[in-house]
Amino acid sequence: MIKTDALIIGAGPTGLFTAHQLKLIGLSCEVVDNLDKIGGQCIELYPDKPIYDIPAVPECTGEELTNNLINQLKPFDIKFHLSERVEEVQKENDNWLVKTNNGTSFSTPNVIIAGGVGSFEPRKFSPKECEKFENKSLFYSVKDKKIFTGKTVSIFGGGDSALDWAVELSKECSVNLIHRRDEFRGAQATIDKVHQLAKDRKINLYTQYQMASVKGDKNLESIDIKHDNNKIKNLKTDYVLGFFGLIMQLGPIANWGLNIDKKTIAVDTEKFETNQKGIYAVGDICNYPGKLKLILSGFHEGALAARACFKLARPNEKYRFEFTTSSKTIKERLGVKGD
Amino acid sequence: MAKITYITHDNQKHEVEVQNGLTVMEGAVQNDIPGIDADCGGGMACATCHVYVKEDWFNKIPKKEDGEEDMLDMAFEPKTNSRLSCQIVVSDEIDGLEVNIPSKQA
Repeated sequence: MIKTDALIIGAGPTGLFTAHQLKLIGLSCEVVDNLDKIGGQCIELYPDKPIYDIPAVPECTGEELTNNLINQLKPFDIKFHLSERVEEVQKENDNWLVKTNNGTSFSTPNVIIAGGVGSFEPRKFSPKECEKFENKSLFYSVKDKKIFTGKTVSIFGGGDSALDWAVELSKECSVNLIHRRDEFRGAQATIDKVHQLAKDRKINLYTQYQMASVKGDKNLESIDIKHDNNKIKNLKTDYVLGFFGLIMQLGPIANWGLNIDKKTIAVDTEKFETNQKGIYAVGDICNYPGKLKLILSGFHEGALAARACFKLARPNEKYRFEFTTSSKTIKERLGVKGD
Repeated sequence: MAKITYITHDNQKHEVEVQNGLTVMEGAVQNDIPGIDADCGGGMACATCHVYVKEDWFNKIPKKEDGEEDMLDMAFEPKTNSRLSCQIVVSDEIDGLEVNIPSKQA
């Protein structure tokens, strides 16, 4: 059980700056994120896209913004729990007991939800019966490629993940690559390689096809794929891989007794506290009259929520507002010399 | 202003007037039309405002720009007449547009 003054859910820009604010005022915090990297939407959805409305930063990409925020946290020791999703938040005396899907648990008076539009999950195949084989013979990521050796693997998708795995697995298995159109998006070198392998009959390429259904009783036996002209083709296959990118899902947050409307959480504008004492929501996921889904708004919300955390984490102390330009205590925390 | 008809998966027709300059996605969100999630808020980064555009309209409205087709690869059950509604800008020319909303966005 990890004890901390505040737990932040979400390592996007808002979560990162909120961590900065907590540490600046002398509180401890830890951060949980479902992605395997820091940065949230900035890193997952638009790492290369320029952003023009960060105050005092005329232009930066999602990746640059993330790196700058990480640099800003350098003076502090903050533990990040990546590839973990918070499943449960329960009241335990005066604290919140928080559990992740990896079994990590936290006890904290303050939980700050900086979850954007929810956690990133793989996009799945549309036919319902695909669920039956999920994580048995149908996967949305590859954990151990050895299980595919000598087998037939049908890969769906047109981006780098689908192409890279098609190339890689074609060395040891029989590969079908299925995509909804003729053009692939991905590194040109990989696309060329796939076309070469298709020519050499190392990869069976099916374009303008999509998944129609999966067949098999206990084990997956074959799949039906449907052409744009509605013709169905049946492919014998042992495994299916789908690479359609990630989607944001609100997920377990919906079960924590919070006021949720249209995937956002209602908060006040003084502490950014939800209807549950000690649970705050900041950034894109919070909602209040006049809310703007801007990164700069998330920074403001995080700064105020951090001050509210102080009250619950240090009930016997009085919070004193200080500037980073003049406070000796803050300079010590930042590890910079005072003057 | 343009009249836009959104047809949800259960065949409910929602007819709304949308201001020129807004996108078809914004027209749906502002009028509480169900089935358009628009998670990324119009950045062409999520494919959750996916719609099907009736054939005759599909060829009339401005064509897809770079990147939209890539995002449609990730949409739920894309078809040849799929579009991202955040990329269709409303103008007098599209008055009367009809779009079908898929059963879900992901």
